Amino acid sequence: MHVHFLDPYRAGTSPVHALDPRIKLVLALAFILTTTLTPIGAWAAYILLFALVLSVEILSELGVGKVLKRSSLALPFVLAALPLAFSFGTQKLFAIPVGFGELTVFAEGLQRFASIAVRSWISVQVAIVLASTTPFPDLMLAMRAVRVPRLLVSIFGLMWRYIFVMADEAQRLMRARESRSAVLAMPGLKSGGSVGWRARVTGGMAGNLFVRSLERGDRIYSAMSARGYDGEVRTLGLPRVSRGEWALLIVAILVLLGLLWLSFLLS
Amino acid sequence: MEDLLMSRATDFEASTALRIERLSFAYPDGHPALHEVTLDVRQGEKVAIVGPNGAGKSTLILHLNGILTGHGTVQVCGLDVVKQNLGKVRGLVGMVFQLPDDQLFSPTVFDDVAFGPLYQGLPEAEVRTRVEQALAAVGMSEYMHRVSHHLSVGEKKRIAVATVLSMQPEMLVLDEPSAGLDPRARRGLINLLRDLPQTILVTTHDLPLVRDLCPRTVIMDGGSIVADGRTADILADEALLAAHGLEMP
Repeated sequence: MHVHFLDPYRAGTSPVHALDPRIKLVLALAFILTTTLTPIGAWAAYILLFALVLSVEILSELGVGKVLKRSSLALPFVLAALPLAFSFGTQKLFAIPVGFGELTVFAEGLQRFASIAVRSWISVQVAIVLASTTPFPDLMLAMRAVRVPRLLVSIFGLMWRYIFVMADEAQRLMRARESRSAVLAMPGLKSGGSVGWRARVTGGMAGNLFVRSLERGDRIYSAMSARGYDGEVRTLGLPRVSRGEWALLIVAILVLLGLLWLSFLLS
Repeated sequence: MEDLLMSRATDFEASTALRIERLSFAYPDGHPALHEVTLDVRQGEKVAIVGPNGAGKSTLILHLNGILTGHGTVQVCGLDVVKQNLGKVRGLVGMVFQLPDDQLFSPTVFDDVAFGPLYQGLPEAEVRTRVEQALAAVGMSEYMHRVSHHLSVGEKKRIAVATVLSMQPEMLVLDEPSAGLDPRARRGLINLLRDLPQTILVTTHDLPLVRDLCPRTVIMDGGSIVADGRTADILADEALLAAHGLEMP
């Protein structure tokens, strides 16, 4: 009875799964960087980038539909760029009447917003493929190997380890509340309580979870100290990256640089 | 004679607190947890469900108030446990979870015990009476305005029982009620539960508790019921207990 849905990793035997996690991490970051650096409105380049990520998705055997569905996670963040459409540029496209004024949509702003949206969507897909084809411990090793600060990596690791414990805890709290959320068959009785009361109960639950997480943190730290933890994380050495994988890395980075050059040329 | 039999049958029907018929359930990841479980519990009966870890005990009791729903039928006091009845069912079944910290999510003991009645929309005076009665029933009246977080496990457990008693349920379901209690708190809880008039279902590994509290015992293993009978008979059958990872201390 545990919350597993948070873990995006899906075991598989595809070449994407088999690739060394260090190479995979660097490639994913390089791809995201390239996508971010392409200029506004370079639609041809976006299509090429999308084709690239789509082929990796097919190669990974994860199911393109599933990856695309998960990538809808990026949508709420894209909304942050929406005001650009109403505030940036000079060429008026059309106006939407709201309340006692109207919102004017500008062509430049709209293009900027659409570009940001498409690029974030493509980047999120790469991140999803990376997380779905690499077990989290391997990802952490890869982060250490590319010199991500060790403290940061161990914070990621602890977060990953305990987020499931906390999700389980939250689920149990909610089950306990649900179990006592009953309706009486008495006429004229309105069940559910007021909004304010329900908000207070939810606030109490959040506080409860927070206090318990804090206490758990203390207990974990004691348990770590008891086994000699001194703030430094020591790990075993990593195997060497094979020549083929080095070659793949270099070729892929050259392709990405080419794409970037092309995108500036085309726009 | 036939009339007599008929009337007995109806009596039996009327006094059935819980009826589970061929209930099967698999978790979303495909892991099967219950397989064709069938169980009848009469009103006022106190029944223990025992079995090794992972036998499906907790999964089974989460079906009694519709937190989980599987294939098959579950009826509480003649009411089907289906979506449109869940509100009523949750008023009939008082569920006490294993960890009292999960059950006590409000800032003070009063708020927690009042949660059920308040949710049901009862008037304030009635809520206060219910809280006082429930806390008195578990012997914790003077704790009404304490902060739940600071209590001992035994105290929390009693208050967890009070949080469902305040809803005046027909049936109490307790998951591992004696886990983590010291002998005195455990004994107190057993006495408290024994004196309650409600139908009681407990899942536990604590066989002495079963002996002292429940005249009937059900053994579960691998998602199925493998034995169901008088506690005295089942606890005396060492081979049966050993076959399902249980032992009488």
